Amino acid sequence: MASDEAMGATGVGHPHASPHAAERSGSRMEASLYAISSRKLGMWLFLVSDAITFAALLVAYSYLRVASENWPRPFRFSPSIVNATIMTFVLVTSSVTMVLAVRAAKEGRRRGAAGWLLATMLGGVVFAALHLREWLTLIHEGVRLFQNPWGTPLFGAAFFSLTGLHIAHVCAGVIYLGAVAIGAGRGRVSADAVEISGLYWCFVDLVWMFIFPLVYLMSARMG
Amino acid sequence: MNQPGERMDLGPSTGVVLLVWGGLLGIAVLEVFLSFRQLAIKLMLILLMGLAMVQATLIISYFMHLRYERRSLILTLMPALIFVLVMMVVFFPDSFRLYHMKAR
Repeated sequence: MASDEAMGATGVGHPHASPHAAERSGSRMEASLYAISSRKLGMWLFLVSDAITFAALLVAYSYLRVASENWPRPFRFSPSIVNATIMTFVLVTSSVTMVLAVRAAKEGRRRGAAGWLLATMLGGVVFAALHLREWLTLIHEGVRLFQNPWGTPLFGAAFFSLTGLHIAHVCAGVIYLGAVAIGAGRGRVSADAVEISGLYWCFVDLVWMFIFPLVYLMSARMG
Repeated sequence: MNQPGERMDLGPSTGVVLLVWGGLLGIAVLEVFLSFRQLAIKLMLILLMGLAMVQATLIISYFMHLRYERRSLILTLMPALIFVLVMMVVFFPDSFRLYHMKAR
């Protein structure tokens, strides 16, 4: 209504102000302490908490790995280490495409942003497929959650829980990026939203930088 | 739309992004090479984790753009995270004690 609009224009705190007056009159909003949007700060805080979760799992895995005298070394150079190295290459490259998507979004190039986001999603799908192939190879060799044919039964639980949590993050990320890509292509999603999705995706890559050496390389089989 | 005081910049240049990409892959190859050198487990762990920390720093700084953000954000996020990680790692040497305690 006209009177509400006029009252809303007086800014935040007016008793009859429109609830959206603060958003429309951006100059009256309090400046962000960190010079970033609340959504971006929220994503950073979530990523810090997620990093602590992964760190707990990684420390627990490493503890079990070092404390066990018969920790299995199931990962031969070919195909396991080669496969994991290719997965690392794919994930790192997908982070690059994500950075390029963020830049395209900031430059206002909708199609470019959507295209780079789709490339990032493709990287995530390829990574997940390679990882599932690795899982199936181990399952075929007899590794389960609480048993394995080579040594301490905790290997299976530690391996599948740690890599399972990571692959769940990858799959959720692919879906998240899909939604952002559709929005970016239609011009309905801001560059800030694309950047926030980029933070999540690069975090997933960051976690793999620790999982790859700790899980695969520390248990590589010689010969 | 930006909030008041929010900066909008394009982040690192394409050259820097490709340099970081090459660095990350190079470190990964180095890690694979080290894993087949049959080093002592403690040394292997320190080397691999050190290289992983370098990779993480590159990703956080350039890909996640933290290097270009305000120092207040970096000081809010990183020290708390590092403190929690240190608290976890404090218990890690106990794994070596456990390994040596086991009857042969």
